[in-house]
Amino acid sequence: MTALRSTWSRLGQNRTAKASAGVLLGVIFISVLGPVISPHDYLQTDFDNLLRPPTFSDMQLFGSDDLGRDLFVRSMLGVQVTILVAIVASVVSLVIGVVYGAVAGFVGGKVDAVMMRFVDTLYALPFIFFVILLMVAFERNFLLIFVAIGAINWLDMARIVRGQTMSLREREFVAAARLMGVPWPRIIVRHIAPNLMGVVIVYVTLTIPQAILVESFLSFLGLGIQEPQTSLGALVDAGVNQMEGAAWMLLIPAGLLALILLCFNFFGDAMRDLLDVRDAS
Amino acid sequence: MLGAIPTLLLVVALAFLMVHAAPGGPFDDERVLPADIEANIARAYHLDEPLPEQFWRYLSGVVRGDLGPSYRYRDHTVSQLIGGAFPLSIKLGAMAMTLALVLGISAGTFAALRRNSWLDRTVMTLAMTGISIPVFVIAPVLVLLLAVQLQWLPAGWSGNEGGTRFVLPVVSLALPQIAYIARLTRASMIDVLASDFVRTARAQGLGTRAVVHYHALKPAMLPVVSYLGPAVAAILTGSVVVEEIFGIPGLGQFFVRGALNRDYTLVLGIVIFYAALVILLNLIVDILYAVIDPRIRQR
Repeated sequence: MTALRSTWSRLGQNRTAKASAGVLLGVIFISVLGPVISPHDYLQTDFDNLLRPPTFSDMQLFGSDDLGRDLFVRSMLGVQVTILVAIVASVVSLVIGVVYGAVAGFVGGKVDAVMMRFVDTLYALPFIFFVILLMVAFERNFLLIFVAIGAINWLDMARIVRGQTMSLREREFVAAARLMGVPWPRIIVRHIAPNLMGVVIVYVTLTIPQAILVESFLSFLGLGIQEPQTSLGALVDAGVNQMEGAAWMLLIPAGLLALILLCFNFFGDAMRDLLDVRDAS
Repeated sequence: MLGAIPTLLLVVALAFLMVHAAPGGPFDDERVLPADIEANIARAYHLDEPLPEQFWRYLSGVVRGDLGPSYRYRDHTVSQLIGGAFPLSIKLGAMAMTLALVLGISAGTFAALRRNSWLDRTVMTLAMTGISIPVFVIAPVLVLLLAVQLQWLPAGWSGNEGGTRFVLPVVSLALPQIAYIARLTRASMIDVLASDFVRTARAQGLGTRAVVHYHALKPAMLPVVSYLGPAVAAILTGSVVVEEIFGIPGLGQFFVRGALNRDYTLVLGIVIFYAALVILLNLIVDILYAVIDPRIRQR
């Protein structure tokens, strides 16, 4: 845990990382608070005010969509859904990746060879198409989207965890646990996993923007989040259909999505640089 | 290299199982039909057979290039649909890939040569932006700006003849890849330019141009070559979005339509086709890698 703390403190010295984190926290804060303060509701249609441009009157800061629904509240809901899906999907990929990588790295030998060979095989595949296949075959629901997106992002995590586990395996405290007859699943849970935490948490910030990309890609195509729920990808899709008369319907969600992804990527990049530094030392 | 065949087998099995493990049949959402008609439909599509038998039938079809009948486009087989739509998609993809390689490698090389200059910083900031922003955001914004507002280029595909209708789709498809390749090239070029053989070449009096052209470019291309596989996958993914936005009747559009219509066989067939394509291209990349890097050839 001290390693994690020192990573955080060094991160505080990186200006880009600090700014990105600040913007992200700001966006999330507004997305939670905005819909509470706004007099509008994400479902409420208003047929007297279709495609209303952004205005200060009536708190319609982002205007309204083609059904007269308030775009500010819908965008903020979209931000919430997008980030929520991304975080949950990242946790799913974390769990799969850590378990898979730790087992492969700890057991080693032929098991490791076969398991990593499988990962290499999956790496070569255009995974998003399999997710779409899943979406077609099963009913589209929130849970499935979480799991499917998490299931495609665990490969990097598995590789990194495996590498870390292989070096941890040789340490004295693991040898001591073995000598005392602790079975290997318990060694992984009690001794290996806690020492992986730092790397894993740093790495998870890199998988969040990937998960956001996948979710918004699916929602943009109409295969992800379904109406009346919404996400930034679905809002961009709606905006594309109205862009000739109502450019704001495209530009606002597109800008928000770009901003969020940019911040996550800058933040993740800074994190990765720190990770490299620590690997070298 | 022989790994390609088991991988493909795994793909077919995984994709087949995913579709068939799903609850409900492909025709469930249609009108309720009399039981014997439903049984006839099931028999016509061999859906009444046990699963292993269906899989064997499908697999032996795939080997012969037969991906079965489409469930929604009743008069066509999946192979016919793919064969009809794919040429346009590959044309778009190849154009985007060429553009990405040319611009990405040049931008990355220039940035590496003028490291830490304003040019370098500009290129790298643009590249980070290009990587972060997805195709389905770039493409509509480009359309809004260049087609709707300025009216320089056509916004759609149908109703516009000539080369200009390719510009926006190809550029939006290429932009993220340009950004990625520029970053890769810059990083590896900086490494290569710092190596001993480049110093030797410089010491012999070669100018920067000659050093880059004769000595540095080839080894600096190794990371770019190994990125080609993922790049192809990314362009395939992007083409789905781009074809949807511009209304281009390519394979990507069929894929999305198939997915929305729950045309199981079509989606299954296209997934297998895409996977086979990516596996094949990865094989070519491996060979290309060995051609460029003599150290790999010796193993």
